[in-house]
Amino acid sequence: MSEALLECAGLDKRFGGVLALAEIGFSIHRGEIYGLIGPNGAGKTTLFNTLTGIYPCDAGGFSFAGEPLAGLRPDQIAARGIARTFQNIRLFGNLSAMDNVMIGRHVRTRAGVFGAILRTRATLEEEAAIEKRSPELLGYVGIAARANDVARQLPYGDQRRLEIARALATEPKLLALDEPAAGMNATETLELEKLLQRVRADCITILLIEHDMKLVMRVCDRVLVLDYGRKIAEGPPREVQCDPRVVEAYLGGAA
Amino acid sequence: MNTFAKARSKWVGVALIAIALIALPFALASVGTAWVRIANFAILYTFLALGLNIVVGFAGLLDLGYIAFYAVGAYAYALLASPHFGLHLPFWVILPIGGLVACVFGVLLGTPTLKLRGDYLAIVTLGFGEIVRIFLNNLSRPINITNGPQGISRIDPFRFGSFNFSRSETIFGLTFSGPIKYYYILLALLLLAILVNLRLQHSRIGRAWEAIREDEIAARAMGINTTHIKLLAFAMGASFGGIAGGMFAAIQEFISPESFVLVESVMVLSMVVLGGMGNVWGVVLGAVLLSFVPELLRYTVAPVQHALFGRTIIEPEVIRMLLFGLALVLMMLYRPAGLLPSAVRKRELARTNGSAE
Amino acid sequence: MDIFLQQIINGLTLGSVYAIVALGYTMVYGIIQLINFAHGELVMLGAMVAFTVIGALAGTALPPVLIVIAGVVAAVPVCMLVGYTMERIAYRPLRNAPRLAPLITAIGISIILQHLALLIWGRSPLAFPQIIPLVSYTIGGAIITGVQIAIIAISLLMMGGLTLIVYHTKLGIAMRATSQNPQVAGLMGIDIDRIISFTFIVGAALAAVAGVMVGTYYGIAHYTMGSLLGMKAFSAAVLGGIGNLAGAMLGGILLGIVEALGAGYIGSLTNNVFGSNYQDVFAFLVLIGVLVFRPSGLLGERVGDRA
Repeated sequence: MSEALLECAGLDKRFGGVLALAEIGFSIHRGEIYGLIGPNGAGKTTLFNTLTGIYPCDAGGFSFAGEPLAGLRPDQIAARGIARTFQNIRLFGNLSAMDNVMIGRHVRTRAGVFGAILRTRATLEEEAAIEKRSPELLGYVGIAARANDVARQLPYGDQRRLEIARALATEPKLLALDEPAAGMNATETLELEKLLQRVRADCITILLIEHDMKLVMRVCDRVLVLDYGRKIAEGPPREVQCDPRVVEAYLGGAA
Repeated sequence: MNTFAKARSKWVGVALIAIALIALPFALASVGTAWVRIANFAILYTFLALGLNIVVGFAGLLDLGYIAFYAVGAYAYALLASPHFGLHLPFWVILPIGGLVACVFGVLLGTPTLKLRGDYLAIVTLGFGEIVRIFLNNLSRPINITNGPQGISRIDPFRFGSFNFSRSETIFGLTFSGPIKYYYILLALLLLAILVNLRLQHSRIGRAWEAIREDEIAARAMGINTTHIKLLAFAMGASFGGIAGGMFAAIQEFISPESFVLVESVMVLSMVVLGGMGNVWGVVLGAVLLSFVPELLRYTVAPVQHALFGRTIIEPEVIRMLLFGLALVLMMLYRPAGLLPSAVRKRELARTNGSAE
Repeated sequence: MDIFLQQIINGLTLGSVYAIVALGYTMVYGIIQLINFAHGELVMLGAMVAFTVIGALAGTALPPVLIVIAGVVAAVPVCMLVGYTMERIAYRPLRNAPRLAPLITAIGISIILQHLALLIWGRSPLAFPQIIPLVSYTIGGAIITGVQIAIIAISLLMMGGLTLIVYHTKLGIAMRATSQNPQVAGLMGIDIDRIISFTFIVGAALAAVAGVMVGTYYGIAHYTMGSLLGMKAFSAAVLGGIGNLAGAMLGGILLGIVEALGAGYIGSLTNNVFGSNYQDVFAFLVLIGVLVFRPSGLLGERVGDRA
């Protein structure tokens, strides 16, 4: 259980003269739910973007399942098994929920131009598999009935779920969720929590940015706390909660 | 209605359209052979528009230099099947070559430019189209490759052994003129092109194109290699253009840089936009409309003016272009997704609230 | 004769015209992020209107300078009106539409203007009447004509004037605020629609003058002259950094010089494989080169597609 899936060491990210992430190091174990918390502007999303290849890192690096990933493109990182959602939901808004999930299958399928034009047997089988798998994933996150609805017109909570379904369609080893509970009411959050537990039960490791501390306390095995781009604490939520530096970061500097 | 009856009525519909398409050239020929030629050009333009639709409609990349690929294909055909270099390869060898050469040009243009935002890409492709034309105009020395502004003439028509597409022939008492023969082979190629378009659209690649059009960042995060997939769109579109160019050279038996000006690119783009970007049948409709309506104008505007004023006050060509420009503006203002919109594009273009990006 | 100096002078002349046209592109882009594809047609329209007036007055006893000024005075308001109208009709309703939409209407407007001009003035080019005596001076082995001096001087004056407006008037502050953030500018009580209209009008006026200058320089005006000139000016704007006024001026002048030197030397550099008929290629090569290697241009912020 304690084998490391993602290991990150000495990671720096600069924007111009600003050091957005400084010497970040941590490791996520297989099968755990790892929380990433910190006040606004602490660098959580920046870390996400760096880990998923959207930003290149300036120093240090990270390895995933033993393979160094720093410097790869987002699509290559997705292919290695990290899938993500976005803080400000980035669905393919004008496409149906089903299409969104089907696109998520891209990285695990192979059909090219010739396969598509000639409708080779392999292509047809692959398409059939995609069409079978996609509704299953929608069902898995609980929005099977929405398959044909346009993504942009879905209720907010369902859009968040759809993003998770789309990410799961890439068959990730690590699912990175950027504030999945944002804007959800208590009931929805509860359902999200169940979904996260299910995902974990299916042997997918989760990296979770979340502001809802109650949720973090309940689901996370360990959390990493960032403040001003630095790691200020790491450990089980209960311990971290009592860490004076964390309290200070959240409640304002004891200047 | 049960599904059996539905399927049957669908087949009846398809059969009727097929019969109409088969009979069309003879009906047109009875009005005048010129109209068969017009139909052939309509098919050619539809072919081109379908190619551009892959780039603009599916992948959402605005290409204003598309005609350059048409030019490349046409010159490839002309150089390999005319007295200019004394080469006379058969058409079924050259058409794929033309497609391939155009495809290479597509990749050459695409590789450095695909990182650009939409409107910049439009300008760069426009510039590319102009560069190609300038080269065609001037590559007549020191080695005469393109024969400059005079163009290349006496290009070989399509030929299968002794079966020559440019000659007229009587089979079973029916006279098949050159244009009628071309009509059938063009139609066959067009149906193939439509099939390719439809199959691409509903495939893994088609979905990836949709994804990058919708949100490139999200597409990348989902594992789509956006550079690769955009290049693929460029290459596919360019190949279509190249093959169409080859057909054009064969039908005309003469080409010159004059045929590949910016207005032609705009024309093909208008067909795609007018018909409905991203919807194959919309694009076909747009192309057919924009091919025939100007010709109708040509045959009506001048006589009407003569009848009314005794002379031609406004040339039909000018009216055609004015209507053309007007159509582009009005379509964007009132029906931005086209006459037969694709469902997705309609939703995309109907979004008028806030967010500029 | 010194080819180098001569080409620099020729390049400076054309370059100042490019700069003036490029200012129009860059101002509009800076404020609403639209490539006003039809801007080149305004240059053409300016030249055509002015030539018509100049042609009509050429027979009179008026001094040549007055005749040319009369041409400009006629061309500027016409172009302003057309510029204003095109923004109102074709761009304003599409301000929040996807980028593709206004770009396509812009192409439509460009076609319409070109063919309206064809309808009014016909296919054959208008010639500039021989009213200005050819004055030329020799500096260091190169020749500079009176017209060239006038073009460079007027361009500099207009650039100076525009800079004054943008940086030292309330209207200019409003323009700059709108280009920074239209929503916030609106909240601050700036009438954004009016500012955008104003931007188009100023750009159109500059285009009109540029049209007269380039027409006078070449001695002809033609209904198709706008598109290529527009493309080149746009390339100049991108070279300098689109959205940046100083960039447009610098880009225009640089492009003019690159083009002139390119045309002057390409023959000897390539052993006459390529001749000066490739002159028009340079602008596009510059454009593609800049967009690929430094999309932010010389003085601008980056424009590459990010988030």
